Amino acid sequence: MTSIYQVGAFWLISLAIIFAAIMVVASRQLVHMVLWLAVCFIAVASMYFLLDADYLALVQIMVYAGAVSIMMIFGVMLTQRPDLKECLLFNNQLKLATLVVIVVLALTGGLTYGARWFVSGATVPADTIAHIGTLLLSKYVIPFEVAAVLLLVALIGAIVLAKEVKPGARSRD
Amino acid sequence: MGDRIFIEFGNYLSGLLALAGAPLLLNQVILMIVKIVGALLFILLNLMFIIWLERRLAGWFQARVGPNRVGPKGLLQALADVGKLISKEIIIPGAVDKVIFLLAPVLIFVPSLVLFAVVPFGRGMIPVDLNLGIFFFFAIGSLSIVVFFMGGWASANKYSLIGSMRAVAQMVSYEIPMVLSVLGVVMITGSLKMSSVIASQTQVWNIFTQPVAFLIYFAASVAEVNRTPFDVVEGESEIVAGPMTEYGGMAFAMWYMAEYTNVILVSAFAVTLFLGGWLAPFGWTFLPSWVWFVLKLYLLIFLHMWVRWTYPRIRVDQLMSFGWKVLVPLSLANVFVTGFGMYVFRGIGW
Repeated sequence: MTSIYQVGAFWLISLAIIFAAIMVVASRQLVHMVLWLAVCFIAVASMYFLLDADYLALVQIMVYAGAVSIMMIFGVMLTQRPDLKECLLFNNQLKLATLVVIVVLALTGGLTYGARWFVSGATVPADTIAHIGTLLLSKYVIPFEVAAVLLLVALIGAIVLAKEVKPGARSRD
Repeated sequence: MGDRIFIEFGNYLSGLLALAGAPLLLNQVILMIVKIVGALLFILLNLMFIIWLERRLAGWFQARVGPNRVGPKGLLQALADVGKLISKEIIIPGAVDKVIFLLAPVLIFVPSLVLFAVVPFGRGMIPVDLNLGIFFFFAIGSLSIVVFFMGGWASANKYSLIGSMRAVAQMVSYEIPMVLSVLGVVMITGSLKMSSVIASQTQVWNIFTQPVAFLIYFAASVAEVNRTPFDVVEGESEIVAGPMTEYGGMAFAMWYMAEYTNVILVSAFAVTLFLGGWLAPFGWTFLPSWVWFVLKLYLLIFLHMWVRWTYPRIRVDQLMSFGWKVLVPLSLANVFVTGFGMYVFRGIGW
């Protein structure tokens, strides 16, 4: 945060993130919610850009904002009503909800305030992706591979679940 | 000689601004705006020409004449069409979600335009040389899927909705072989930067070391821009026009132009990744580098059109199995063979 432009951009993006996040909850239509979620993700990605974490920003856009369209499809396929006007968005559990919100806010606020942040005076390296690549394939190679195997298992599981059952086939159980 | 004409213009402008006493930041901002306007002009002029070219070529392939009345050889046909479409009313049907319905044709241009920031148009003529250039292409490119779905859903029409669901399924599926095919190029280059991808092709273009990857990339890119034989998204005989069914006038023109912008874009990336970008073949440097870029670009765009008017549409169920059972395993094998080959060649000592 050096120049006035960066500070201005920080506040602008922060407001955009918060506004989009509120709209996700307050929207009346499921698809609108998902679209606001996409706005929120892209705003978070621009925050990463501002902080010189360009690789993280692009991953954010590709993984989160790109997957939003899939979520919209589920939203359309799983909801029967075209809009949520008939659904109850606000119920009468106001006191309990307030309590939960206050506890969560106090907890996160306290933890954030008490945390000892790791602050480095070093300049941000210009070429982050080379470092990330080297670290992923040397120091963190085992977690990286375990995550890959986990994804593969999930993929195969999804294929097995979605596999067409042939009419003549006997079930095994 | 003409090679540096645009760079010299930029330097001249920057010098002029410095002479006028503009601060460095303002100087850079103005230069960036000039670059953006230049890229926009490049897109719009080529768009007009490509739409005319496609219609002429379609006529040629189908043994008819095609548009030949407006201007010499019909060259101004696209201009006349734009004039007509602007003057038409944008009809908004009663049941549509108005905001999203009108937002979608505007937003469909955004990812495509942003991506032109990393296209190397010529020697030293890349608007922003990101060191994540290739990744940037795929990350931002994946956003256009959302916009397709927005348009299809907001239309409140079953054909639009089916079309947009097909769009999502198809574009998500074909993105995977596209990324994996480019991985071979990245392995050879050792960088995601567009300028170093081109620099690594001075000896031999990647299409000769990665021919399979080029074929996969081309097939997947045709699917990404939703053109025949992968145009089930807007298959006229099944679902009218897919996500664009309810659009008329300029709103429809935006969808139409976005398709051609994406054709330019995927071709420009194919040129950069596989055909040596702006590098001159056989050392024929008598033409400026940007002319070579445009020539190669048009070669690939012609290939897109040739494929479109030659092959019939692929069936929806065949589309998915072709993507997942042919292209993905083939591109994975390509990555494997590339890695193996690199170690063999390194062992020999190349």
